[in-house]
Amino acid sequence: MDNRRQLAGWGRTNPSVANVQAAGDDACLVRLVTEAGRRGVLGRGLGRSYGDAAQNGGGVVVDMTARNRVLSVDVDTALVRVEAGASLDQLMRLLLPLGLFVPVSPGTRQVTVGGAIAADIHGKNHHVDGSFGRHVLAMDLLCADGTIRELTPESDLFWATVGGMGLTGLVLRATLRMKKVESAYCLVDTERCGGLDDLLARMAEGDHRYTYSVAWIDCLARDATLGRSVLTRGWPAARDQLPPKLRDHALDFRPKQLAVAPAVFPSGLLNRASVAAFNEAWYRKAPVERRGEVQSIAAFFHPLDGVGEWNRIYGPKGFLQYQFVVPFGAEDTLRRCIQMLSDTGAASFLAVLKRFGESSGGHLSFPAPGWTLALDIPIGAPALGGLLDRLDDEVIAAGGREYLAKDSRLPAAAVGRMYPRLDEWRGVRRAADPDGVFTSDLARRLGL
Amino acid sequence: MKDAIGNVQRVLLLGGTSEIALATLVRLVGQRGGVRVTLAARPGDRRAAAAASLESRGMKVTEVDFEAADRASYEHAISASFDAGGDVDVVMVAFGLLGDQQRAWQDVDAALELVQVNYAAAVACGVLIAQRMRAQGHGAIIAMSSVAGERPRKSNFVYGSTKAGLDTFYSGLGDAIAGDGVQVLVVRPGFVRTKMTAGLTAAPLSQTPEQVAEVIVGGLAAGRQTVWAPPAMRWVMSGLRHLPRSVFRRLPV
Repeated sequence: MDNRRQLAGWGRTNPSVANVQAAGDDACLVRLVTEAGRRGVLGRGLGRSYGDAAQNGGGVVVDMTARNRVLSVDVDTALVRVEAGASLDQLMRLLLPLGLFVPVSPGTRQVTVGGAIAADIHGKNHHVDGSFGRHVLAMDLLCADGTIRELTPESDLFWATVGGMGLTGLVLRATLRMKKVESAYCLVDTERCGGLDDLLARMAEGDHRYTYSVAWIDCLARDATLGRSVLTRGWPAARDQLPPKLRDHALDFRPKQLAVAPAVFPSGLLNRASVAAFNEAWYRKAPVERRGEVQSIAAFFHPLDGVGEWNRIYGPKGFLQYQFVVPFGAEDTLRRCIQMLSDTGAASFLAVLKRFGESSGGHLSFPAPGWTLALDIPIGAPALGGLLDRLDDEVIAAGGREYLAKDSRLPAAAVGRMYPRLDEWRGVRRAADPDGVFTSDLARRLGL
Repeated sequence: MKDAIGNVQRVLLLGGTSEIALATLVRLVGQRGGVRVTLAARPGDRRAAAAASLESRGMKVTEVDFEAADRASYEHAISASFDAGGDVDVVMVAFGLLGDQQRAWQDVDAALELVQVNYAAAVACGVLIAQRMRAQGHGAIIAMSSVAGERPRKSNFVYGSTKAGLDTFYSGLGDAIAGDGVQVLVVRPGFVRTKMTAGLTAAPLSQTPEQVAEVIVGGLAAGRQTVWAPPAMRWVMSGLRHLPRSVFRRLPV
């Protein structure tokens, strides 16, 4: 049955129309894959990739969110087996009361396990725990020939799939090692940093003492205050570290969506003036220093999940996210990039800076040891394209890379220079899917 | 694939020596190198010069023979572009003849030539392009109409009638395939100073191909279905459209 629908990424920029099919049982998925036409097949979760990673114009897109069961839970070993369409939100609501937290949590709970594997997502604990793929013990992958293979970290195809942007097959099920926690709260230290040097020094010196660490930078601050920021770091709270009134319900997790952004925001509402005012207020309201504050997991990890469809505030033209990592030692590049963004005044809400630890082993996995900066930028400024192209050059020259799950505008030639294992990945993909049945708008645009 | 910033990767120009088309392409591509362009036009010096000029701006150009009166020719040009290995982001339907107005309404051959090139071939190409773009689920078609199609003037009504037909077809096509992720942009320029109009007296609000290109690229980015060049022409024509015929006939246009 033809079910053509327009799909866009979270940034709502370059949509395309695909034949969208809800995922049925395994046999039904096998049929979809083996009967795919010339434009191929792609799995899609909750659509939180910013660009065109979960689009397949003219082809079939399988909406995996109906396949969201939790198949088994072992509280002692912290191992769970889930279907790929299960969301991290669902896992937290179900498993936190049992003392199990997801091993890696990005800035939103609204991603599926399949998407988390395909993008090899990271969170505030990357510097100690690595990316999502490191906590996957096994997965079932539906391949182009219609077979379902059980993959473990010993196989190349496993690591081509981790970070492989859905281009090796459909992840059907995965076994994850969760993180044992005593409460649904974190103990958080907050520090205000007047400039970039101050921030980098504090992170380099102290991050290893914390499980979670992230800094929010005001990218519109200039000159002496360039890189002014708020650094928040913390640990999972043990039960006896909580105030007495929380201890009896330490593992309660019932976050609520406070509001849904209506679809009435015009483009251009977020401009240099409004964003600068927001950043200023946000910086001023942060404490100069505060230790040991108890914050719920939802407040600490997912502040934006409180507002549904928050991407609408950027208006109909949409926005993009630019995220790169440069190795330790390339602090000058980082500074230059922030300087360029600040000079151009590409209005961005607070940019996020974080230190990455070891890579996971995925051929196209984004995280690599170094500094990663991510920022949202509204579409509209005519100089934006040129600015980002110049930032690409800086990142490549420093041996860094950009995050494919966020990308919506990289030039195709840049990818090979950012991902040295691209050809190796292509080889594994070609062996598993010689005809390129699994494909996406991102794959076409970047020639992956 | 077009990207979030509006960068395109592959473009097909039907009528690849049109000055408006070339100016539009230059503006659309901007600074990024490596954009693949198929120039479909009659072989010759003009096409070669156009190709060389685009190559010098970092584009990768393929030249394809294109004869609007020959069905096999335009079928081949469109297939060649869409089968070259990647999705086509933008197709510009920019071929057309102005013709000799006096002959065009008194000589059957001259009239049929205008109809064949400006209307029949444009419609046929539109059908073929729409098929291809629907199959890829995204893309944009730019069709060069004219204000001459808005209200018949005795000085160029045969040309105007072909553009009116083209305009109606592509406007309707845009609605027919709106759900397929394909944008159809109908461009209605006024008088543009190009080789096609060389020797004619410039009308009021006349403009350069670059000015038309700016309007087209802006309309493309904004997701528009119709643009007028210059934009003020929309209101001028809106006024003219409502003039009584007895008055309009006496206007020196």
